[in-house]
Amino acid sequence: MRPAWSVLFFTTLAGAGQGLFLALVAGDFLFGLPRPWLLAGAAACLALTFAGLVSSTFHLGHPERGWRAAARWRTSWLSREVIVLPAFLASVFFWALGLWLGWPDRLVTGLAVLGVLLAIVLYVCTAMIYACLPFLQEWRTPLTVCNYTALGLTTGTYAAALLAAIWHPPMATWYATGALVVGSLAYLGRLASLARNARLRPKSTLATAIGVKHPKIVQIAQGSMGGSFNTREFFHGRPREVVRAYRLALLWLLQPVPALLLLVGGASVAVLVAALLLHYAGVLAERWYFFAEAKHPQNIYYQAIA
Amino acid sequence: MSKQLALVIDLNVCVGCHACVTSCKEWNTSGEAGFLSDDNPYGRDPTGTFFNRVQTFEVGEYPDTETVHFPKSCLHCEDPPCVPVCPTGASYKRAEDGIVLVDFDKCIGCKYCAWACPYGARELDEHQKVMKKCTLCVDRITDTSLDERDRKPACVLACPTSARLFGDIHDPGSEVSVAIRENGGYPLMPEWGTKPANHYLPRRKTRMQIHADELVRHDNPLKVDGKLPRPATSDPSLDDVTSW
Repeated sequence: MRPAWSVLFFTTLAGAGQGLFLALVAGDFLFGLPRPWLLAGAAACLALTFAGLVSSTFHLGHPERGWRAAARWRTSWLSREVIVLPAFLASVFFWALGLWLGWPDRLVTGLAVLGVLLAIVLYVCTAMIYACLPFLQEWRTPLTVCNYTALGLTTGTYAAALLAAIWHPPMATWYATGALVVGSLAYLGRLASLARNARLRPKSTLATAIGVKHPKIVQIAQGSMGGSFNTREFFHGRPREVVRAYRLALLWLLQPVPALLLLVGGASVAVLVAALLLHYAGVLAERWYFFAEAKHPQNIYYQAIA
Repeated sequence: MSKQLALVIDLNVCVGCHACVTSCKEWNTSGEAGFLSDDNPYGRDPTGTFFNRVQTFEVGEYPDTETVHFPKSCLHCEDPPCVPVCPTGASYKRAEDGIVLVDFDKCIGCKYCAWACPYGARELDEHQKVMKKCTLCVDRITDTSLDERDRKPACVLACPTSARLFGDIHDPGSEVSVAIRENGGYPLMPEWGTKPANHYLPRRKTRMQIHADELVRHDNPLKVDGKLPRPATSDPSLDDVTSW
């Protein structure tokens, strides 16, 4: 598949926003964090998720009709995501508003719980958009849901550690430790899906695609003299070296390098800024590779232009 | 059982002339759903939106090769994976005749349906930014002002070798059902359980089977050539011609 940057930024930024919110609520639940700091965190979470939402509209041919996408929530994971994302934004917004205006504790806690549930549901919706397609075998695995959730949580925890280092240093080490633990688990999950995908065998072949039972079939012409939507949308179109570079970035930047940085440099602002940026670059590379790695069976029909 | 309109494409007859492609494009680019845009049609890198394409494959290894021309369009699956994923309901399967269609006014151009189609049957129109696909010429086959024999998809009417059949595959007596049943019609990529309505008829060869023992005469086992003796008039016979 061709990685679309709008989708890469959307899934990574919104995932980070959800992760940041989960980290904030977890920290507050365990240690009772100061209110101004929580508000700053909520603002960052809203900004990240909203930036993701804006980025996702660039993927649409007709963003002005985007509201229609809420119609088919019974069957479409994309539609469910379109409903859950604004709901998550709203619950975080009202949670922050409640904190700021000093609403009753019970109400604010209720909003926090609702936000946590919606954040988790949103991870599942986003990942299931990909995991529900049966013939994209690289995506069709529970590991897809695990990875989207765990990686979003990791980015959010790195962001929380940075925010803590800036405004509430006592929590910085705790969040940095969290990023090390969660990030390492997420990294293991991603390695597992890489290992799984390396052993996949494509179910569809040229023989099943055109229904001629012969082991040796070659395409001579795909029915057009130039490219088409089918040749642009489903191929990443990059040389093997580039794909390998993204894979290396995934393997190193996702967790090993930022984690090493944290272990060596400690939870200072400069180190956390570097760690967050490197980790985010790793997550973008991971998402790029996630798309590029998926081999769509329609590509069988588009192998030769003549 | 409800109706399921479909095409049956006979690979044994298709000569790869692309008449179905051009007539499809001509009919549908002038249709009510708007034009099918092209870019650089005469330039270096031509591209455009098509509902139907004829591809060519070479089967086997030289010198035992065979060229297969393979027309490919939406298969109007009975269990279409592209329909449930559509977030707006723009992509739908008509209950009355099983045609999979896109409501261009509801389509937001998210391309998710194209991802969900293993056959690559859907193409995004790069200018209108909505998903396009074969409609089985729905505006034509339902147009009662046309003569009955003209109410067929443009590709079917254009095919000079009648490689394309059109009809209801749920009606066991229809031309398409008979063709599928009697000529070995098969669906594409059955492994995904999409149950394509369109079927393809395989290449069929008419071969004369001659065994070595058939090359020698069997009605003359003694290998005696020559005139047979005339039967006697008293011999029993089968008819009046040989018995006089």
